[in-house]
Amino acid sequence: MPLTTADNQYRWQRRERKQQLAIWAGWFVGILLFLICWKVISDNTIWEFLEDAGVQGLSLVNRMIPPDWSITGSLMGPLWDTLNIATVGTALGVAIAFPLAFLAARNTSPHPLMRGLALTVIVSSRSINALIWAMLLVTIVGPGVFAGIIAIALRSIGFIGKLLYEAIEEINSEPVEAITASGAANTQVLAWSVWPQILPAFVGTAVYRWDINIRESTVLGLVGAGGIGLQMNAAINNLAWGQVATVFVLIFATVVVSEWLSARIRRSVS
Amino acid sequence: MNATASRIELAKKGHWKPLPFISDQRLRWGLNIAVLVYLLLVYFSVEVNWGRVAEGMERGLNFIASFASPDFISRTDEIFLGIRESLTMTFTSTVIGVILSVPIGLGAARNIAPLPVYLFCRTLIALSRTFQEIIIAIFFVAMVGFGPLAGVITLAFATIGFMAKLLAEDIEDSRADQMEAVRSTGASWLQWINYAVQPQVMPRLIGLSLYRLDINFRESAVIGIVGAGGIGATLNTSINRYDYDTSAAILLIIIAVVLASEYFSGYVRKWVQ
Repeated sequence: MPLTTADNQYRWQRRERKQQLAIWAGWFVGILLFLICWKVISDNTIWEFLEDAGVQGLSLVNRMIPPDWSITGSLMGPLWDTLNIATVGTALGVAIAFPLAFLAARNTSPHPLMRGLALTVIVSSRSINALIWAMLLVTIVGPGVFAGIIAIALRSIGFIGKLLYEAIEEINSEPVEAITASGAANTQVLAWSVWPQILPAFVGTAVYRWDINIRESTVLGLVGAGGIGLQMNAAINNLAWGQVATVFVLIFATVVVSEWLSARIRRSVS
Repeated sequence: MNATASRIELAKKGHWKPLPFISDQRLRWGLNIAVLVYLLLVYFSVEVNWGRVAEGMERGLNFIASFASPDFISRTDEIFLGIRESLTMTFTSTVIGVILSVPIGLGAARNIAPLPVYLFCRTLIALSRTFQEIIIAIFFVAMVGFGPLAGVITLAFATIGFMAKLLAEDIEDSRADQMEAVRSTGASWLQWINYAVQPQVMPRLIGLSLYRLDINFRESAVIGIVGAGGIGATLNTSINRYDYDTSAAILLIIIAVVLASEYFSGYVRKWVQ
């Protein structure tokens, strides 16, 4: 009991002694770990560079202002490419993740072995950033929008697949039983009892991923996978920071609009 | 009402149909047409060089095959240093980011902060959330030079946007009567935050921090491309040299670490709640 008597007086403590010691030990190990990690980073840092970091940052911002608006027209094409990469990539990802989620959900999976396989695909896809997929695909299918689309799709499979299979596992089992009792075939059970229940989650997840993908696809050009990132990379390599600022403003506007749209759609389906 | 009645009539004749997902007919058809038009536009504007794609297929198969023979040996030193740097960057930046996101999250909650503070914090959050980590990394690398420090600052900044937004939303959703009760005892501002707000948001804050640890590790594997430290530079080099066996080894390590951290965070989350 956290309540002890000493000198005929009650002393109350929030936690038991053992628990309190465990918490202190946790803090101790955590702080120790942080200090060790910081030491490793500090050893690999050239601290002399930091002396003029403020000056560098300020001069960078100064060179960005005012943005070079003259290139706005020529950025519209790449921006359209970026939107296409995100949208088509998401659609492709959804198309692949959809059957995968049914294989991965405990209550709809045909076989535990299939489930394990589907989960492995989902985890691998989720662990690897879209930019890494893009680097790989640029060497495989060549630079361009196509590599970007596939990269976004590959990264989205894991995200959508995971949220979707969790939604399938959380469905109410009564409609499923009712439809099964009417003598429906397996596919009919999926279509008439599982699908209507996960439809809102499905739309919400897809739209949410689309809005994340817009953000991700803005940088794919850095590794050659098309879109506005190509222009950003070129401007950075030319040290044309005014043009970089224009690209930033366009990205900011696009992301804000897509986020607003996605939030609206998600609110109306949930 | 009328529509429901006619649906029932139709159902009696055996013409039952499920309710459409989008009930407004005009919106439904408008969306269908918009999707069709968009697909046509995409079809005509996205150029795919199928010849090049076919050419690359062999290389693609090579890459997939290399997962069967990952090469951990020939670049052990680079891989070890890169992964160590990624892990240390992940941990440090998450700790710094979470600590900084607490005051900013408090400032971004409308039921706690005065309007000027609220607007300032929300702007900071919007800036951090809009730009992909790579863009932020480019900026900080230009500021503090190549190396893991730029990566730590980048990830910490990105963590602030993520954590502070969710924390602020959580505080705005928390129960007002508990806050009022503590306030009515004459508690100071700090006591008020400590006893009325903190207990309500703490479990979720811990869960989100662990989730962010996971995200930061995945991001730390790419910001190396622009010189911000971590395994990204090694991975980029190995891919550009078509040294797929080494790439496969690095990707397998990344997947293993993500899996381990997911397992660990699930365990901690169960323990916290």
